[in-house]
Amino acid sequence: MTSSTPIGPGLDPALPSSQPEPDVAARGEKEVEFRSHWGYAWSRFRRDRFALLGGVIALILVVSALAAPLVAPFDPIEQFAEGLTGDFAIPRAPGSDQFILGTDSLGRDFLSRLIWGGRISITVAVAANIVSITIAVILGGIAGYLGGWSDSVIMRTVDLALGFPALLLQIALATVLPPSLWTVIIVITVFGWVYPTRIFRGQILSLRERPFVEAARALGAGRIRIFAKHLLPHLLPTIIVFSTLRIPTAILTEAGLSFLGLGVRPPTPSWGNLILEGTRFYRTAPWLVLFPGFLIMFTILSFNLLGDGLRDAFDPRESSH
Amino acid sequence: MFNFIIRRLFWAIAIIFAAMTLTFILTYMIPADPARQVAGPQATELEIANVRESLGLNDPVLVQYSRYFWNIIHGDFGRSWMFRRPVTEAVFGRLPASLQLGIAAASVELILGGAIGAISAVYRYKWPDRLSMGIALVALSLPSFWFGLVLLFVFGFLIPIFPLGGYGEVKHVVLPALAVGIPYSAWYARMFRSSIREVMSEHYVRAVRAKGLSGRVVFLRHILPNALIPIVTMWGMDLGSFVGGLALVEVVFGWPGVGWQAVEAARSLDVPLVMGSVLLVSALMAFANLAVDISYRWLDPRVVFD
Repeated sequence: MTSSTPIGPGLDPALPSSQPEPDVAARGEKEVEFRSHWGYAWSRFRRDRFALLGGVIALILVVSALAAPLVAPFDPIEQFAEGLTGDFAIPRAPGSDQFILGTDSLGRDFLSRLIWGGRISITVAVAANIVSITIAVILGGIAGYLGGWSDSVIMRTVDLALGFPALLLQIALATVLPPSLWTVIIVITVFGWVYPTRIFRGQILSLRERPFVEAARALGAGRIRIFAKHLLPHLLPTIIVFSTLRIPTAILTEAGLSFLGLGVRPPTPSWGNLILEGTRFYRTAPWLVLFPGFLIMFTILSFNLLGDGLRDAFDPRESSH
Repeated sequence: MFNFIIRRLFWAIAIIFAAMTLTFILTYMIPADPARQVAGPQATELEIANVRESLGLNDPVLVQYSRYFWNIIHGDFGRSWMFRRPVTEAVFGRLPASLQLGIAAASVELILGGAIGAISAVYRYKWPDRLSMGIALVALSLPSFWFGLVLLFVFGFLIPIFPLGGYGEVKHVVLPALAVGIPYSAWYARMFRSSIREVMSEHYVRAVRAKGLSGRVVFLRHILPNALIPIVTMWGMDLGSFVGGLALVEVVFGWPGVGWQAVEAARSLDVPLVMGSVLLVSALMAFANLAVDISYRWLDPRVVFD
């Protein structure tokens, strides 16, 4: 289980953490410096059982999202006559021979719908997160590294955004924009960049005072080169941690909007609108509400565990344990 | 202190101004024709044109913006298309319900989160700490609207202790307050735990311990009040954001608050009501945060602004 985790590709998990790498002389000086920092982080990470568990669950969820067409037993929108029972066409309960997690009110295979719904929910959350984090790195970098009026403008905008009623403004945006997956991504991003920008700015602010930045400047490196070559690599662990820890917020926003009927709209399934559809049949078919919610919960839990573990691994001084 | 309050007041006004500009831009972006919405489905082209003219929709953008601005500072937020009455009436009419749920949910999160956080901090690394932090981790992964549906299913349908929805009595507020309060209390428990641990390592705590005070007195008189300061700040801000931020739980429980109304307005493309809700709640939040900032300074005299 340990060796199959995807975190830290290209790292050598076989190396013990407390001892220096045996073949330091064999490699280039610079490369050893870089790898050992990540190597230490990896060795701390792989001893953290909860973080590994979170990582494995997150991996399974992401893979099933990517491979939905291969993994799902049926077409998520195909309606089966045998999917409904009795005179009143009641959905089949979980555990039936053909449909493992039962069927929904239209006789569609619920497991397939959950897998395809997860594909949409996770894709939307990850896409929104990539946009948000990219914006946050650029704005946080500008604010932290350049300072001055650009810092004032960006940080005042951050304060403004934090002062707005987020959910209401997201509802307003979803009303105005045409219903599509892009709208959902935009609506999540509108507030998604705010908190990471603050964090990255603070990080850059302290990094830029470090001696290696002064050294680079003394050697004649320009601002962009210093930012890209010297600051960004040091910011990378923070970026990775926050990319992970912000996924739950994105998932929750998508689920909430879709539950209100303002996010991902049927017939495209998402975990949020599956819950919405399920609420109409909760007396006869409670699994239609319960399963998508459990999946949302597990997704959030796994990304939180993974994110906390990564943070502790990269920065053991601020350990949460 | 006076300068500080004046500066925060200006900030609150800046937020309201920004919200005003933003809602205007969003209203302007709307794909539907507002004149058609106001005139109704049976209106003729001529009637729609008349409505468009009387609403001033043919004027240049800047003229429309200044009119919007002028109306709002005179308390006119427009009329709801859905309810055919002023937006301010519609929003203020729903405010008591939102405040009631907001205060109830905020109380649950503070009491539950505070108790669990304090237990965790006192028994750090022992089983009560590990157990409560484990539960907290699961609790903060709960989507509050889904948790509300589960609570409804279990305590409203399977074991019918509480009503399935509605508003008015204490029994109605219990489940929605728990649906919001339990997931949020997990954040409080985590924050309170680390806040207490931080205060415990302060020199003044060591000093009162050295003086010979009992553990209980040290905890209640010296650790707790200081550890509560960051929590109270967060709580005040939560209270502000709960007024418009609980739309999802309000929808689940049929709770007649500002959020549910905004969702209904969004579904029927009632643009003035959606934007008016955003604007009025922004203003409320700005003043709630102002009050929090002032009380923060009053609670903790060590905090010096500028």
